[in-house]
Amino acid sequence: MGMTMTQKILAAHCGLSEVKAGDLIEANLDLVLGNDVTSPVAIGEMKKMKVDGVFDKDKIAIVLDHFTPNKDIKSAELCACAKKFSTEQDITNFFETGEVGIEHALLPEKGLVVAGDLVIGADSHTCTYGALGAFSTGVGSTDMAAGMATGKAWFKVPAAIKFNLINKPAKWISGKDIILHIIGLIGVDGALYKSMEFVGDGISYLTMDDRLAMANMAIEAGGKNGIFPVDEVTIEYIKSHSKKNYKIYEADEDAVYDEEYTIDLSTLKPTVAFPHLPENTRTIDEVGEVNIDQVVIGSCTNGRMDDLRIAASIMKGKRVKKGVRCIVIPATQRIYLEAMEEGLLKTFIEAGAAVSTPTCGPCLGGHMGILAEGEKAVATTNRNFVGRMGHVKSEVYLASPAVAAASAIAGKIASPDEV
Amino acid sequence: MEALGKVFKYGDNVDTDVIIPARYLNAPDPSELAKHCMEDIDASFATNVNKGDIIVATKNFGCGSSREHAPISIKASGVSCVIAETFARIFYRNAINIGLPIIECKEASEKINAGDEVHIDFDTGIITDKTTGETFQGQAFPEFMQKIIRAEGLINYINSKEN
Ligand code: SF4
Repeated sequence: MGMTMTQKILAAHCGLSEVKAGDLIEANLDLVLGNDVTSPVAIGEMKKMKVDGVFDKDKIAIVLDHFTPNKDIKSAELCACAKKFSTEQDITNFFETGEVGIEHALLPEKGLVVAGDLVIGADSHTCTYGALGAFSTGVGSTDMAAGMATGKAWFKVPAAIKFNLINKPAKWISGKDIILHIIGLIGVDGALYKSMEFVGDGISYLTMDDRLAMANMAIEAGGKNGIFPVDEVTIEYIKSHSKKNYKIYEADEDAVYDEEYTIDLSTLKPTVAFPHLPENTRTIDEVGEVNIDQVVIGSCTNGRMDDLRIAASIMKGKRVKKGVRCIVIPATQRIYLEAMEEGLLKTFIEAGAAVSTPTCGPCLGGHMGILAEGEKAVATTNRNFVGRMGHVKSEVYLASPAVAAASAIAGKIASPDEV
Repeated sequence: MEALGKVFKYGDNVDTDVIIPARYLNAPDPSELAKHCMEDIDASFATNVNKGDIIVATKNFGCGSSREHAPISIKASGVSCVIAETFARIFYRNAINIGLPIIECKEASEKINAGDEVHIDFDTGIITDKTTGETFQGQAFPEFMQKIIRAEGLINYINSKEN
């Protein structure tokens, strides 16, 4: 029986020639990731295990990105705990303020993940690296602890859904619009326990930043992972960021999929997810009048160069609407610097936006842009659950950087064509 | 193994942000987390919940973040089991790994009401609503999962295996 791309990577990492959906396997890990929220819990768990140290100091990444630069004493304590552990264990890939970026933007940029890798991370958006043709998935702190100690994790081999993306994307359509459209189509549990495998000629039009944004939100459809085939765009990205060996896996012709969808990218419209679920999508022409108090452009979904470029191109020479707070957060230090050199930060600041050092910050309601009761925000982030960005009676509308930038100028949810 | 308690009932897609909001993640102590468990969906949960009580919800319970703080806060609240039609996969994994019993059962998730007294037999997967007298067949716990839960989590289980 044929295997999907995901199944091939899993099989190769547990030394089997074949696996099928439902099999329980124990696989070898190429990288184990944790952040300032999840690592301290994992470190506590690992200390309870009878092991001397981590399985491989080069294959662990600890990225302090959520509540940093430390927002309060408790957060500082969490970071201190992670730092102490990383020092003791001589963890190669430990990143704190000054070097840090949002983990899922940082790891690909640092070349720590390449095609064919198997990665777990104690963060649900670890699925992002599927954009590079890797298998990666989010786990909890206990799995992270066991992974750090043993270099292994158990998995149930997932079934898959195939998304055939065809044709050239319509104007303004980014990876974010495509994935929001898909989540609207299948629902927040539409891919529960399954792989989302993206294929089709439409992929050739998507930049790596588009693909990263899409794989990032596989979890928002309940998916175990989201994965893209490796093409020239991927190889170029990997070669310019990493010295690691990569491996290309392809789905078999006769691979089995539970469901298949064909999505014509040329017919899509900019898409917004209304509160309080990513599946509550409406196209931009259906949103109506939604006045907003805040715009956030950033996060592991949309805080990369393409995202900042498109936002800046829309905001250039214009002003953020009086009464709206616009917060722009480049996802990594390198992106921050590049955006500075390209003049994008100047554009944002001149437009009246606040630009922050890389952090998850408002995305999870941590700091740097929390909403008051009744406030509404358009965000390029990935979740709009109740209370996600602040008060339980605040609202988050998820959108692309283009729509977010246009909304900042208009003071209400707006299409980039309107400003 | 068994559980017996009063039911707190919720709907679809109870996410990890309402189970334990991010504003409390900077203090991962279980008893601290328990004080804020379910706060954004049911503000009185933490004061009303008693040891042994049961959470019943419908689809995709625990969706969202990978924070293990979510099942930890539920377990530390004294909840003996969560019954749902389906669970989000990371929550499922985390619950087992920390030793919080969870059972998938569509019928039970639909028919059990808030406040009912419910009994669960983990060996057989039989769920009994003592208030209405109805019984439901849930998934029985495989042996290794029962062992993890009895050991109070994966790490203790791994340690005990190695001894
Ligand atoms: S940016 Fe948001 S979604 Fe991404 S890792 Fe940070 S908190 Fe999680």
